[in-house]
Amino acid sequence: MSLNYYLILAAFLFCTGIYGVIARKNGVLVLMSIELMLNAVNINLIAFSQYQQMPAGNTFALFVITIAAAEIGVGLGIVLLITRNLRSPNIDQLDQLKG
Amino acid sequence: MVIQNIIFFILAAIVVAGALGVVGSKNIVHAALHLVAVLAGVAGLFLLIAAEFLAWVQVLIYIGAVTVLLLFGIMLTKAPMGKSKDLDNDSKIPAYAVSAGMFALLIALIVDAFDSSKKIAIGGAEASKTLANGQMSILGNSVLYEYVLAFEIAGVLLLAALIGAVVMARKD
Repeated sequence: MSLNYYLILAAFLFCTGIYGVIARKNGVLVLMSIELMLNAVNINLIAFSQYQQMPAGNTFALFVITIAAAEIGVGLGIVLLITRNLRSPNIDQLDQLKG
Repeated sequence: MVIQNIIFFILAAIVVAGALGVVGSKNIVHAALHLVAVLAGVAGLFLLIAAEFLAWVQVLIYIGAVTVLLLFGIMLTKAPMGKSKDLDNDSKIPAYAVSAGMFALLIALIVDAFDSSKKIAIGGAEASKTLANGQMSILGNSVLYEYVLAFEIAGVLLLAALIGAVVMARKD
């Protein structure tokens, strides 16, 4: 099993996540794309950890999953608040700071 | 080693198709279900390189909790059920450009830095016994000795996120 198979797959997943964050309008879909990017990072961390046979990468991936869970909870709270205030979950309407 | 490669390509095909479904689907519930396919495929990839604890954490937390939370979010934001044309904004072409450019850059760097002679050795003679055997005990030692401060801070962060989410989503 070559290491670079995993790295290339993670790069693809990360770039797909970037596309989703930029091109999607709905707040929940943006959060899903962020999950894709976090998963790509996890794949990289674990592939390097198993390649080097060191547990640090696995530990970091565990912390990334923890932070992702916290992030999704707070992020959904923010999207709910946006929906309540603007009557729409589309985050491109958040342009009150535009001059 | 050949069977491992075949399983890898099957799982990679599932992950790639699911990821394209997440960012391309016109139906928001279908996007969430595609995300489940991606997460399950990634859990399978973790199992394939013997990171079994992280694979089950992925299944329990991502597929079990995060996906359900996202589906709740879809319902609570009164997202359009069925097909909708209102999910993408006007910046599709810049998004293509940025992600394709990023992908090309990463591929160039990866191919330059890591040729295919670098193998992840699992269970073979060349694999050391440290991670292959008793993965969970080693991981537990790593979390609770070396990174115990980060572990405690993660606990406090989860509490803060819990309270913050409740305060933000409360109606008043």
